Amino acid sequence: MNGHALLEVRNLVMTYGDGETATPVLRGLDLRMERGELSALLGPSGSGKSTLLSILGTLLRPTSGHQEMLGEDLNRASDRELTEFRNRHIGFVFQFHHLLPDFTALENVIFPAAVRAGRETGLMRERGRNLLERVGLADRIDFLATELSGGQKQRVAVARALMNQPALVLADEPTGNLDRESADQVMRLIEELNQKEGTTFLISTHDEKIAAYCRRSIRVVDGRTGDE
Amino acid sequence: MPYGLKIALRYLTAGKAQTALLTLGVAVGVFVFIFISALIGGLGVYLVQRTVGDIAHVTVEPPGRDAGLLLPTDAGEVLLVAQPATTQREQLRTAAAFLPLIEALPGVSTASPQIVGNGFLVRGQTRAPVGVTGVEVDKISAIADIGGHVIAGSAALSSNTMLIGSTLARELGLEVGKVVTLLSERGVERPLLVSGIFELGLEALDSRAAFVGISVARTLFDLPQGISRIEIKLADVYGADAYARRIAADTGLVATPWTAGNAQLLSGIRAQENSGTLIKAFALITIVIGVASALLLSTYRRRGEIGIMRAMGASRRFVVTVFVIQGAMIGTLGGVFGAALGWLALSPFPPPELATIGDLPIDVRQGAFGLAIILTAIGAILASILPARAAARVDPVTVITQ
Repeated sequence: MNGHALLEVRNLVMTYGDGETATPVLRGLDLRMERGELSALLGPSGSGKSTLLSILGTLLRPTSGHQEMLGEDLNRASDRELTEFRNRHIGFVFQFHHLLPDFTALENVIFPAAVRAGRETGLMRERGRNLLERVGLADRIDFLATELSGGQKQRVAVARALMNQPALVLADEPTGNLDRESADQVMRLIEELNQKEGTTFLISTHDEKIAAYCRRSIRVVDGRTGDE
Repeated sequence: MPYGLKIALRYLTAGKAQTALLTLGVAVGVFVFIFISALIGGLGVYLVQRTVGDIAHVTVEPPGRDAGLLLPTDAGEVLLVAQPATTQREQLRTAAAFLPLIEALPGVSTASPQIVGNGFLVRGQTRAPVGVTGVEVDKISAIADIGGHVIAGSAALSSNTMLIGSTLARELGLEVGKVVTLLSERGVERPLLVSGIFELGLEALDSRAAFVGISVARTLFDLPQGISRIEIKLADVYGADAYARRIAADTGLVATPWTAGNAQLLSGIRAQENSGTLIKAFALITIVIGVASALLLSTYRRRGEIGIMRAMGASRRFVVTVFVIQGAMIGTLGGVFGAALGWLALSPFPPPELATIGDLPIDVRQGAFGLAIILTAIGAILASILPARAAARVDPVTVITQ
């Protein structure tokens, strides 16, 4: 394994069900990502993009294959270790933002840090405010998630993904539910964060315009990957 | 503030109506628990009070005198027939020594030395059997509240007066101020003035009891020294068994608690307590089921959020904590609210000792308020474990991809 690689998966297989109902989704997929990449994950619906993101995000264990990130062999980690690893090193942005509706924008942003520490601290609130300012929501800090527009919610979700300064942010169709203007706003934000802070992004999309923001495109076809 | 507590509080305050209804449900359960505790406890106090209010809690009597066996123990097999002595009466010769000892015991309200015997009241051609109790004149109301039940005359006794029951007075056509002859079982005759007539509501006493001063009784029963028995009243009637054992051990006399002759009453009270416990258990079970189902519903409603929390790195233990805290808070809040409700509703009831027939004998002191709150909190925590575990099992991938 190259010491510089952020993550590497080899011969990744994921099959849902077994016996006659077994449905293979990933069929020996290989992928290697370096730090600081801004990559698009492309492919038709059902090609296995979301499954791959779930595995890379340690939410799902593959049926077989090798998975390493930051030099750690994730195949051998326990559920508790994976949860901790995910909290420290991986940020998520989902298509449907998935904010906690009874919490304010700031509380949503600092959740990953607070849940790790077991309490909220002034430092966390400070960082949360800064992140919300960075995503252009300085005037929405104390708004409940339900009081924000779709684009604003997604920007809060981006800020939340960055809260623990993760090595990798996985975004699954982050603009899929937004109008073009909001989608561009979110993508410009991601591009800026990648360039200025060197945060690695892997963005699943089937929108070529979104993929155009990325420097690398990885296509998933038939459960295997190929660079374009 | 611990983060789990913050999330739990936010969930509870986010659904105010649901939380209020759930807490109210728990409070009603706790109120039932407290009401049943106070009612069953009060009923016990009331029944015991009605039963033991006018009788001695412990009666101290002389030990029976066994015939001495003069044969040597190694004389082989001995057949022995023992017959109680009829010529000599049992008496407490050393009562004067024991009385201060007994009166000094903590928890003893009063001790009344008495001389008792039987006799006849003779008026013209009419004779009526009567049980005579000789008491110290200032202790006429020490055991049964004779003074409080005098319906004619007064309870004061002197060297030539007596008090008789109302039924007995009617039988013999006696009124206060009339003189009647008392013929004792020892054959002593003495004319006595009826100074008061009492009605206790207990037929055995109203129709067959007469009270005289202890000096009169000495003459009547030819007992220049000693007494027949000491009747004792205790502050705590339920301590009678222990006191009787202690007095018997300290004095070597026979001490009989009131419970010895009231086994049926005690088993009745115990049966009541058992039914009360059953009702209370059902109230607790209802609380547990209510809390469990409400939290289970909440778990289902918040599946999405739980999945997101898990994806953001919340551990299973954290999710369990959030739901268990919710259960604990609902249980404690409902418990305190229900206890306060119980206190407010039950406090106006008079203590069962003072309750009259027809009153609900509620004893607010036996409401088991602390126990109700503790059991409810524990029950609610246990009830939250099932939903909490269900929440912890939520698969974040399923939720995110939905």
